[in-house]
Amino acid sequence: MSAPALVLENVHHTFFPGTPNEQRALEGVDLVMEEGAFVLVVGNNGSGKSTLLNAISGTLVPDRGQVRIAGLEVTTWPEWRRAGMIGRVFQNPMSGSIAQLTIAENLAVAAKRGGRHGVLRNALGRGRRRELAERARDLGLGLEDRLDTPVGALSGGQRQAVTLLMATLVRPKLLLLDEHTSALDPNSTEQVVRLTEQLIRSEKLTTLMVTHSIPQAVALGDRVLIMHRGQVVESIGGLRKRQLRVEELLATFDRLRSADLVDESAAEMVRRLYI
Amino acid sequence: MNLLIGSLSMGLLLSLLTLGVFITFRVMGRLDLTTDGSFGLGAAVAVALIGSGVHPLVATLAAAAAGWLAGATTGLIYVLLGIDTLLGGILVTTGLYTIQLRIMGSGNRSLGGASTLPDIAGHLWQALRLPDPVSLGETTLPASLFSPLLVFTVLVLFSIWVLARFLRTDLGLAMRAAGGNAQAARALGLDTGMMATLGLVLANGLVALAGALFAQYQGFANVSMGAGMIVTGLACLVLGEGFLGRRTLRRQIAGTFTGTIAFRLLVAAALAAGLPDDALKLATAVFVVAALGGPATIARMRRVFVREQVKG
Repeated sequence: MSAPALVLENVHHTFFPGTPNEQRALEGVDLVMEEGAFVLVVGNNGSGKSTLLNAISGTLVPDRGQVRIAGLEVTTWPEWRRAGMIGRVFQNPMSGSIAQLTIAENLAVAAKRGGRHGVLRNALGRGRRRELAERARDLGLGLEDRLDTPVGALSGGQRQAVTLLMATLVRPKLLLLDEHTSALDPNSTEQVVRLTEQLIRSEKLTTLMVTHSIPQAVALGDRVLIMHRGQVVESIGGLRKRQLRVEELLATFDRLRSADLVDESAAEMVRRLYI
Repeated sequence: MNLLIGSLSMGLLLSLLTLGVFITFRVMGRLDLTTDGSFGLGAAVAVALIGSGVHPLVATLAAAAAGWLAGATTGLIYVLLGIDTLLGGILVTTGLYTIQLRIMGSGNRSLGGASTLPDIAGHLWQALRLPDPVSLGETTLPASLFSPLLVFTVLVLFSIWVLARFLRTDLGLAMRAAGGNAQAARALGLDTGMMATLGLVLANGLVALAGALFAQYQGFANVSMGAGMIVTGLACLVLGEGFLGRRTLRRQIAGTFTGTIAFRLLVAAALAAGLPDDALKLATAVFVVAALGGPATIARMRRVFVREQVKG
């Protein structure tokens, strides 16, 4: 049996330790994702979702714990090195592609993810250009006719679609989606979500998707993780996930939020009493 | 006429400098102050080697290689120590001052009668049985005025061709990607630090090459001849962009070439019109300020204009 696509073991991280701004972003996260799993992560601001994603992608080296991708221990690998195994789409549509380069050029760079970058061949020689156009056509957005347009000229939705294609052009062991539709208008959101599902299904991609959207968390994937204060407090999978309804997930959130409010008012009281 | 052909020769060889500035400033999105140092370094290496009997072509290539080293130093200071290229370049340029002095043995070194690339071009001119003197309409001019053009044109076009091809290979594209958006580049598996270093190496090689040709054209090298070259390069770059825009890579590369020649013609015209020699650097700096600051100024003026209208 092959190793799980992703394993997190007791991952801890604290920002600004030992200062008044100390913030415990991750407090012992464990996670195992088997190949082909599609997991969603939801949680309020500050719950540690982003830090979790950063620890996996290598933007950040956690204080403690282990990150393993496809059986390889990558906890301290630099971001670019593990990118050979990871495809990423960011929240900001500007982040994932290179504005100055054309669609074709962006795709050509992405086609070499994790590979060698030689100097002997034109990156967009005839055969390769045709191949990339073929892949762009699969998106169904007509981008194959605009291969020489700079990516910076595209709309946010189109740009996320291109980034999605770039992230999966070389099949990643793990696809990381960081609220990749939250900066888009409703139409583009729908389009990008459809594209995401289509790519994940057809390529059988192992996917970890962070989202702010409860309906997305309910409709997509086969497991939902709820994060709260740096921990995974709930994992809804299997039959329960399939039967999950928006109201139920919202109720769970409300419960967590009211627990927070109690804490807040207690803290406020302490502040008033002693300061 | 002399002045015109002189400007053309100077513009040609300096377009290598502009090409270097283009790589760092536009492709990699950073200002590299190593430029001043590597220009002087290239001149120093070329003059010292030619002076000690090395073939000028070998000396010129060695000068370019010295530029690579200078660029690599700034790059590694950035990658390994986290000091940005702006400061790193100043540090390397400062250090290079000593190294140039050691290489040349003094602050000023003449080539004397040693054979240079333009001299070789002169022999070539004769071997090809091209006319000497050259007659243009009424005037006749010595061929020695034209032969440098020959060798500079060949060298510059070759460099441009190689660079343009390189920027379209996988590695060249990766370098442009890293310069354009480091976050995306890292997510696509590119070591952005190494890519930045690669850009600095290439750029400073070109700049040092320009320095080497400059020294051979003038017949001497001076330890401070690199001072302010980054500004000259920027001036030529933005002038070229004014002509050809920044829409495609081809236009941008052609722009470095056009801009530099236009800049040298402007300089020649300004000098002929009575601009004193010593005012040149000030004029160049003012030009760069105007060119780079123009768009922001226009936007601000528009704001003022609209405000007046809104008030009625």
